[in-house]
Amino acid sequence: MGDVAHTAGTAVPHDDIDGAELYHPHSWLTKYVFSQDAKVIGVQYALTAIAIGMVALVLSWLMRLQLGFPGTFDFIDPAAYYQFITMHGMIMVVYLLTALFLGGFGNYLIPLMLGARDMVFPYVNMLSYWIYLLAVLVLVASFFAPGGPTGAGWTLYPPQAILSGTPGGQDWGIILMLLSLCLFIIGFTMGGLNYTVTVLQARTRGMTLMRMPLTIWGIFTATVMALLAFPALFVGAVMMLLDRLLGTSFFMPALVEMGQQLSYGGGSPILFQHLFWFFGHPEVYIVALPAFGIVSDLIATHARRNIFGYRMMVWAIVIIGALSFIVWAHHMYVSGMHPWFGFFFATTTLIIAIPTAIKVYNWLLTLWRGNIHLNLPMLFALGFIVTFVNGGLTGLFLGNVVVDVPLSDTMFVVAHFHMVMGVAPVMVIYGALYHWYPKVTGRMLDDMMGKIHFWVTFLGAYLIFFPMHYLGLLGVPRRYHDIGQTSFVPDSAHTLNAFISVVALVVGAAQLLFLFNLFWSLRRGKEAGPNPWNATTLEWQTPETPPGHGNWGRELPVVYRWAYDYSVPGAARDFTPQNEPPPAAAP
Amino acid sequence: MAVALIMVLVAIGSVVFHWLSPWWWTPIASNWEYIDQTLIITFWITGIAFVAVVGFMAWCIFRYRHRPGQQAHYEPENKRLEVWLTVATALGVAAMLAPGLFVWSQFVSVPDDATEIEVVGKQWQWSYRLPGEDGKLGTSDVRLISDTNPLGLNPDDPNGRDDVVIEAGDLHLPVGRPVKVLLRAIDVLHDFYVPEFRAKMDMIPGSVTYFWFTPTRTGTFESLCAELCGVGHAVMRGRVVVQTEEEYQAWLQGQRTFAQLAAR
Repeated sequence: MGDVAHTAGTAVPHDDIDGAELYHPHSWLTKYVFSQDAKVIGVQYALTAIAIGMVALVLSWLMRLQLGFPGTFDFIDPAAYYQFITMHGMIMVVYLLTALFLGGFGNYLIPLMLGARDMVFPYVNMLSYWIYLLAVLVLVASFFAPGGPTGAGWTLYPPQAILSGTPGGQDWGIILMLLSLCLFIIGFTMGGLNYTVTVLQARTRGMTLMRMPLTIWGIFTATVMALLAFPALFVGAVMMLLDRLLGTSFFMPALVEMGQQLSYGGGSPILFQHLFWFFGHPEVYIVALPAFGIVSDLIATHARRNIFGYRMMVWAIVIIGALSFIVWAHHMYVSGMHPWFGFFFATTTLIIAIPTAIKVYNWLLTLWRGNIHLNLPMLFALGFIVTFVNGGLTGLFLGNVVVDVPLSDTMFVVAHFHMVMGVAPVMVIYGALYHWYPKVTGRMLDDMMGKIHFWVTFLGAYLIFFPMHYLGLLGVPRRYHDIGQTSFVPDSAHTLNAFISVVALVVGAAQLLFLFNLFWSLRRGKEAGPNPWNATTLEWQTPETPPGHGNWGRELPVVYRWAYDYSVPGAARDFTPQNEPPPAAAP
Repeated sequence: MAVALIMVLVAIGSVVFHWLSPWWWTPIASNWEYIDQTLIITFWITGIAFVAVVGFMAWCIFRYRHRPGQQAHYEPENKRLEVWLTVATALGVAAMLAPGLFVWSQFVSVPDDATEIEVVGKQWQWSYRLPGEDGKLGTSDVRLISDTNPLGLNPDDPNGRDDVVIEAGDLHLPVGRPVKVLLRAIDVLHDFYVPEFRAKMDMIPGSVTYFWFTPTRTGTFESLCAELCGVGHAVMRGRVVVQTEEEYQAWLQGQRTFAQLAAR
């Protein structure tokens, strides 16, 4: 630090202060609030995401109260119901899952797992969080704006999103939603460039790409995808804002609303759908790939076995990432696009099942002949496998164009995507939090509370979403606040809805227990020590726990091996850290 | 041990639920049994895969649980096993995709003898139009919509003068005759959805979309809107009455044409 190339004869005064002094923050404000330390930023991202996630949880309770017991709660009218589903969906997909995986785990783990001191652009990294926070605040503000938040559904399809028949369409709701999304994307781009460049440029000596833990491969690939996919949503949001505020007609054809000829004309509603899903489908994998990566590391560590087929796992992540850009229109089989598209998109969609299945096999084959410790992270990983496989297989129904025709827009779709990109990634998030909490805080999360949390969440979520598929098969449409008297819906379907709602309330309550555990264990949790799980990856080899600013003390670690040397024959211990020199090279 | 057992119960419970569940698709009333059959094939393949994966996982949890002295097997890769599994998966996927694409090609090929009819969606009501004696629907334009011309038909188009316009009534169809349903929306997206027909498609303001089917049994079927269209989405209901040819013709005689409506 402070090394400058001097030209002869120019007097440059020596630094009066040691470079390290300039590097470290000095005030409480720069250490914990406006921090440039990726670890602090990661925790800030995670806490903000969990906080806004609690809002989404409450919204899901309200929706389930309405669906299970329609007509009982006066304040949930159709407009309120649509506002709840819209905000629940958008919060969960974008503001919780994306932010937590990339902003939260990405920030905390990328520098630590790669042996870097920090992200390469710490200041931009800090800005990324504050813009994300602003996006969240704008989103929350729409609850208090005139007319309330938008009720256009999380897909925000025009024309209805900006017309008066939809809550928030002619008020502030849709405007604040679109502005918030734009802010989120700006903030994410700052973070995303950081993660990408850090992975490519700041790995420590010996950390080749093919020695990186799969967690990093997942986060890295997802980040690159997000940088390519989010711009489509950004332009879609900007154009819709222009349609709404300035009367342009990007997405608005000539139309008559409530008997009134509007002045729009010539635009294409379906163009928005293409833009939305060009973002929206990669988005599924932007959430899934970090989950794939993290769960691989959880399984390997807690089964004490090398991940099976590491190279295949890396290639599967990259191939899934690439393919996910040419499957978007499988969300649009019944949108009215040209029907011949169906052949192409059904084929690409089902092809994606192959690398995805390979990943599942390799997780199973890692358990096979392992030494399985049923710690909390392992339990959640197992829960992930069950829910992900279930949700992935129902994806084969919906991806296979003609089978999708009767099922699209029914509760089958709701059940499918909740299982595969709601429950499954959330399982991984919990597993990861139980796994890395000791590194972040120095203490273990309470085991008993964790076990209750796991079983209620896993079994409860399965009981909610598995039977829900059959409501969809029956023909119950999604986005109905009340199915009411419908000729083909038997009374038993209403009973099932009430059952699902009761389970949903219980599962939600179990998440409060987890929140309590998070704070309780901060003080009362068992001391963790530097490496409580006997893991091989670099974040467990830091000189301090929790790691200090700069992560590594005076010297960066040097990497000698891949991330999965568990139970190596002949080794003294059942794990060999990545920075442990081979015996011959040891002094 | 308990964990392995619970996982087995999850797999078995799912299969038992599938067979015993009282919730299943509505009895079909169109020619699209092929769709139902493809769905059944998919259920079998995915069901077997699910039970195999969860079963194998449960067995691993039991067999390789941590015990004193237990050591994991160190084996980074096994090419043969990985290739074998990839090929098996690809075959399973092909077994679902092939019939799927075959049926889709039928779904998108409208037979030449299909009668064109039109369904128009607006917030929150269905309207219908049937071709008159010339068998042709006239042209339309959203800009022509008014109180006296709710579907925006072109008054100068001779093909449209004998079109039968049904506003907010039931749609009647003769059994056994293929229909090409042209779909139009005048405000926002809607989707004309009758579960018994299996087929559905969004309607988009500014475009005309379509699907086709042949009603195969008589009866009255409830139609719903399947694409979110604002606060009235759930109450946007209609009815389709499928009748014998004679009943249908009798009903048709009582309907009014566009020319008659315009002369009001």
